[in-house]
Amino acid sequence: MSRIELNAVRKNFGTLSVINGVDLDIYDGGFTVFVGPSGCGKSTLLRLIAGLEDLTSGHILIDGRDVTELGPAQRELAMVFQSYALYPHMSVRNNIGFPLKMAKQSEAVIDAKVRKAAETLNLKDFLDRRPGQLSGGQRQRVAIGRAIVREPKAFLFDEPLSNLDAALRVQMRLEIMQLHKSLGATMVYVTHDQVEAMTMADRIVVLNQGRVEQVGSPLELYDRPKTLFVAGFIGSPKMNFISGALASKHGAATIGIRPEHVQIGDASGAIHATIRIAEHLGSDTFIHVDSADLGAMTVRATGNIEAAPGTALSLTLDPARIHRFDASGQAIF
Amino acid sequence: MATRHSQGLARLAVAPSVIILFLWMIVPLVMTIYFSFLRYNLLNPDIGGWAGFSNYYYFITDDSFPGAVLNTLLLVASVIAVSVIGGLGLALLMDQPFWGRGFVRLLVISPFFIMPTVSALVWKNLLMNPIYGLFAYLQELVGLTPLDWFAKVPLLSVAIIASWQWLPFAALIILTALQSLDEEQKDASAMDGARFFSYFRYIMLPHLARPITVVILIETIFLLNIFAEIYVTSVGGLAGNLTYLVYFQGLLNFDIGEASAGGLIAVVLANLVSIFLVRVIGRNLEI
Repeated sequence: MSRIELNAVRKNFGTLSVINGVDLDIYDGGFTVFVGPSGCGKSTLLRLIAGLEDLTSGHILIDGRDVTELGPAQRELAMVFQSYALYPHMSVRNNIGFPLKMAKQSEAVIDAKVRKAAETLNLKDFLDRRPGQLSGGQRQRVAIGRAIVREPKAFLFDEPLSNLDAALRVQMRLEIMQLHKSLGATMVYVTHDQVEAMTMADRIVVLNQGRVEQVGSPLELYDRPKTLFVAGFIGSPKMNFISGALASKHGAATIGIRPEHVQIGDASGAIHATIRIAEHLGSDTFIHVDSADLGAMTVRATGNIEAAPGTALSLTLDPARIHRFDASGQAIF
Repeated sequence: MATRHSQGLARLAVAPSVIILFLWMIVPLVMTIYFSFLRYNLLNPDIGGWAGFSNYYYFITDDSFPGAVLNTLLLVASVIAVSVIGGLGLALLMDQPFWGRGFVRLLVISPFFIMPTVSALVWKNLLMNPIYGLFAYLQELVGLTPLDWFAKVPLLSVAIIASWQWLPFAALIILTALQSLDEEQKDASAMDGARFFSYFRYIMLPHLARPITVVILIETIFLLNIFAEIYVTSVGGLAGNLTYLVYFQGLLNFDIGEASAGGLIAVVLANLVSIFLVRVIGRNLEI
């Protein structure tokens, strides 16, 4: 239920600069996702918000109050960790109740709140078990339960799904989104998985080398990436980048086109290519081609189409969908 | 080891070592039991034959026996208390990042590598000697009368020496356990509002329950038999434990029969203590 503002936040570890001046406004009730490659500083940024790391310079405000100097507990935020960080020697009940116990709530209050959280998260039957006796998904839910009992101002998630298998990840993704809807709480979520970012976020913050590359809704980032980095990072399969003569013809140093915006035709077309390999997903086919003019390209075709390696074909780029970038990697709109 | 066949092969393969170990244990034990029922005094080799339970009777009714049992238990308890509490404190300190940490750890563990006889000699002659010991010098420096450690507080002196040897062991085991504590749990408890004391009480101590149990059990086994420190510092007459009393009967009184009986009584006492400990804290070893 709160707004988090970051003003010129910097963090150095020794001489290494991890966060290079981030300004960010995280809206009340929104689902904001920090996404970026490994080592881009997204987890560090989350830990700075949580208060687990000290800022080198800058300020963090929660609901207009400067919390830069406050400890993690006084910021009234809750965090779900990648390893879940459950307390192994405590039962599920005590794990969920631990923050309330630390806040010196009465036994009756703790019991009622733990019960309610367990009901929300389908953990009622597991309250007396230890974390070691639970499956990955259940542990994840206990970690979330420990976060929600405190009724925090905002939830911070640090790659919470990366230890789960693919099927469970999709399910937990839905559960977290439902939780966001039902609680209406501000959530900040860190992931390196751009699919997770695209599906869950209201707003995505793309980070690269400790800088914010772009902030926007998932479709904004998909349709109008501001930099070469964002264009390459968002979207799967990756956007095709073409430089050289064709790019100059469009008045850019590099042009980009997403695999889904490339049409394939028979060998009579303008741009010739040969199929190197095809990935059949059933709903789509990803065709990796080599073109004398454009180099290696990926094409996404709807449906399951015949694509034998070595077959010659032609490519047509949808002119309305071409992204243009200047020599410094900035988009030209 | 899944099939019956491979299990049988495994048993056959380990059999030689198991048999040797078994003999290694059982032959001295049976001999001791046999001697404990004999009239077997090296000063009176002519008197032999069965003694019945008289060796046991004389050992238990010896004037020194109650004191020896008490000294044994006091030594075990005090050294364990000092080494566990002190070891916990040292481990917490050594777990902090500071310059030269590796070197400090090496120094801290070194007392454990010194032979008990040597360390007892060092303590006896260099530190606790009432005339030229370091402690005496320090006491004189502030105008006190030097304390004659081994005459006035013999049991405490032995306990101090043994604690000095065992403290590093406890500190090292607890330190390694501390280092295996998940950093994210510390972060999580900080988010949950736990300050250092709560973190220590609810997260760290439960995590350390198992290594502390191991320390207590191992130290008990070794401390029940502590001998070199008592023998070298010549406090056996004042603060001798059961082991010393067995030595006294066997090698000073030359009564092998009674010494054997005493040894078996010490074994029984060690077992009683072990059973008690496993009952009380052995639960910590289960997951």
